[in-house]
Amino acid sequence: MSDAVLTPDDVAGHDVAAHDDHGHHETNTGISNNKLAMWLFLSSDCLLFGALISTFLLYRTNISDNTVWEEPADVFDIPFTSLSSFILLMSSLTMVLALSAVNRDDQRNGRIWLLTTAFLGMVFIGGQVYEFTVFREEGLGFGTNTWTSAFFTLTGFHGVHVSVGILLLLGTVFGTRKSGLGKEKGETVELVGLYWHFVDIVWVIIFTVIYLIPIG
Amino acid sequence: MAIIEEPLALEAGEDAVARVERPLGDLTRPQADGSWKDWLFTVDHKKIGIMYGVAAMFFFVIGGAEALLIRIQLATPNGTLLSPEVYNQVFTMHGVTMIFLVIMPLAAAFANYLLPLQIGARDVAFPRMNALSLWIFLFGGIFLNTAWLFGGGADGGWFNYAPNSSVTFSPSNGIDFYALGLQITGIASLVSAINLITTVMNMRPKGMTLMRMPIFTWMNLVVQFLLLFAVPVISIALFQLTFDRLFGSVFFNTEAGADPLLWQHLFWIFGHPEVYILILPSFGIISEVIPTFSRKPIFGYKFMVISGVAIGFMGWGVWAHHMFVSGIGPISVAAFSLSTMFIAVPTGVKILNWLATIWGGRLRFTTAMLFAVGVVSMFTIGGLSGVTHSIAPADTQQTDTYYIVAHFHYVIFGGALLGIFSGFYFWWPKMFGYMLNERIGKWNFWLQIVGFNVTFGPMHILGLQGMSRRIDTYDEDFGFEFWNLVASIGSFIIAAGIAIFFYNIFYSRSQWKKAGMPNPGPDPWDARSLEWMTASPTPEHNFDEDIVVEGPDEFWHRKYGYDENHNVVRIATAEEVAQDGSNTNVHLPSPSYYPIVLAAGLPIIAYGLIFSLWLCIPGAALLIWGMVGWIFEHPDDPNAAHDHHDDHHDDDDPEALETGDDDDDAKELVAASADAGDEN
Repeated sequence: MSDAVLTPDDVAGHDVAAHDDHGHHETNTGISNNKLAMWLFLSSDCLLFGALISTFLLYRTNISDNTVWEEPADVFDIPFTSLSSFILLMSSLTMVLALSAVNRDDQRNGRIWLLTTAFLGMVFIGGQVYEFTVFREEGLGFGTNTWTSAFFTLTGFHGVHVSVGILLLLGTVFGTRKSGLGKEKGETVELVGLYWHFVDIVWVIIFTVIYLIPIG
Repeated sequence: MAIIEEPLALEAGEDAVARVERPLGDLTRPQADGSWKDWLFTVDHKKIGIMYGVAAMFFFVIGGAEALLIRIQLATPNGTLLSPEVYNQVFTMHGVTMIFLVIMPLAAAFANYLLPLQIGARDVAFPRMNALSLWIFLFGGIFLNTAWLFGGGADGGWFNYAPNSSVTFSPSNGIDFYALGLQITGIASLVSAINLITTVMNMRPKGMTLMRMPIFTWMNLVVQFLLLFAVPVISIALFQLTFDRLFGSVFFNTEAGADPLLWQHLFWIFGHPEVYILILPSFGIISEVIPTFSRKPIFGYKFMVISGVAIGFMGWGVWAHHMFVSGIGPISVAAFSLSTMFIAVPTGVKILNWLATIWGGRLRFTTAMLFAVGVVSMFTIGGLSGVTHSIAPADTQQTDTYYIVAHFHYVIFGGALLGIFSGFYFWWPKMFGYMLNERIGKWNFWLQIVGFNVTFGPMHILGLQGMSRRIDTYDEDFGFEFWNLVASIGSFIIAAGIAIFFYNIFYSRSQWKKAGMPNPGPDPWDARSLEWMTASPTPEHNFDEDIVVEGPDEFWHRKYGYDENHNVVRIATAEEVAQDGSNTNVHLPSPSYYPIVLAAGLPIIAYGLIFSLWLCIPGAALLIWGMVGWIFEHPDDPNAAHDHHDDHHDDDDPEALETGDDDDDAKELVAASADAGDEN
């Protein structure tokens, strides 16, 4: 918001407009516009998952109308899901390593860790696809009962979020091939990281609510 | 903000346009050329605000026509104009249109136009996302209304209770259009909420602390937070409804053991904050109008701000008062009764403060002021009938009667809409450079307020007599004839008032042209806040130079000071204080094709979900084209000599670090694509 009179330095190829536009200069909160927008979006997303989790909690004991199981634990493969959950949580670690590398201006490791994070996310999504397939083969459809509707919707929305995260990670890696992934890209990576960690934290709640709490 | 004193010079011997590599589908950034394209691809918050207003007034005419159909049907017993099925669709679409496509976007119009101006900024934080919100809203609204062409509109009431909204009870596609249409407009609200909050939190000039912001800005900030948290809840409810109707889930299927209250809870957790989303912008508008025409500062500024924030918070704890008769149990009913009574307190604080502002003021009853006083009085009636709902036994009697219809029209028409009309008359010269005619304006006001009371006043009586709402007709001997006829006559008086408003726009404009287009000056009302400190109509760059703010009502205090006897005296004219908008060297963000491209994908996907999934492919293609193009769009039109040097990060000077403009935009899109992706 400065007066931004052009200095000779600026004329030498630097775009003052872009600088000013996107919050590299001081803001009132000290947080850049992009980061504040990401935080706001994530806070809104909390309510999205809040509504989904509430719906699941309402229907978690409602498992009528199916011949497959006595209770959901019969079809759950807890060790398998625990492993894929572990993989997703580890992807948060690699995300941190990616940010750290980018902030150190270590482009090579930055890209490697970003790709690793995306890969771990893909493994998680693969696990989810596998689990959904098994459930369907066992005869649990989207509309079998309210439990399955709530289950597929909640985990499905989370899966979509992870997938979007993977696209953001890959976009960051491949979209910066020309311009480089130096430490000036730290904030971009940090924003992707914020989103990624958020999605992981949500999974911790979902995993607990769906898989770990027994139907009393 | 994007301000460059002079356009960047081209580097010698280089043609920046030719050097930029353009992948497939990457359009040259559009440039302002004074044609209609300026509006279609604009990212200017003022043009976007005006387009929000035009679109909302278009839907207002549609929603108003639906209201008149309802009133004609009910004017006499055993009305035959509409069949019961069509009647259901008409009142549902009337409610949905007026709430989501009229009041909310009209508030968005004012917020978009005024928020950056009132805080002294040159634009919003994310200009392209601002355009995106507009187009998503507009396409979503059009999509919702095309339901009439595909077998009829939604017919379950605006809150569309489950399981009545299932395919069994509503086999047409109307409710699919409702669910997907509101989903789309919800995305628009979410994007604009993120954008406007970031703008207000981050882009205030020097000295503009939060507690120096005008009340209008404050109320809109609260509204944007409410939207931010309320929209995702209705999104989930609408997803569940869509999945039930189109993909066979059983969220609301009571035969499969579903809980019919799930929809009600999700809907009203959104729905009650929504009430404040509708009313707070209007509170903000009259909090600007009343001090201006009382020639006094707003009474109890801090209380006004804090009560607005308190309403925002408490609005989350009262939703179940919409559900007193749904069997939620005595403890819930008691708790929500109490919280509902409590929320009347901050609202009462506001009404007291407006009255105290008027008290002892040197009043000028301009049309804007009349509408503002109309809000205070009519909203008080609506608020008081609202308090009667907090008494659960009484509410049990009133639920689903015309008493409720009377209540919420006093709040939404008498509160929100009259406030918006006050805003029209107040800010019209700032937006369009000519004044609306005051004499016609007063006709407009009196017809509207008399018609309003004649229409909705009798509904209190009808409700207490037991006339149920949403009923398509009634028999002669019920005793409903007289007041229904009165209400129907009143509705046409309102229509006449609105027609006069439209006439006023064109009449005032032609008179202004005849008079040689005199400029109303920067400050025709002797007003108080920063938007009056620049020329009328607002120049494209808003302000010639940044304003350093020293207190609330900054503009007023630059015009007025104190003499030795401590009397207020004028120390400068508005023209002396205001900027004349003559700075032509301000660099503005270039227009962009991609917001409208991205937005156009959404309704096509929605049609695809309803009619044929194949249609989702072109829709998704547009969406992806919009997103990718958005990320890689050059931040400037090519003539701004924008060139890409890949070696900038080797530069040692931190100020000179070239961060890569594509990347900057990518970050902006991170938020946008996450929004959109999450709705997939």
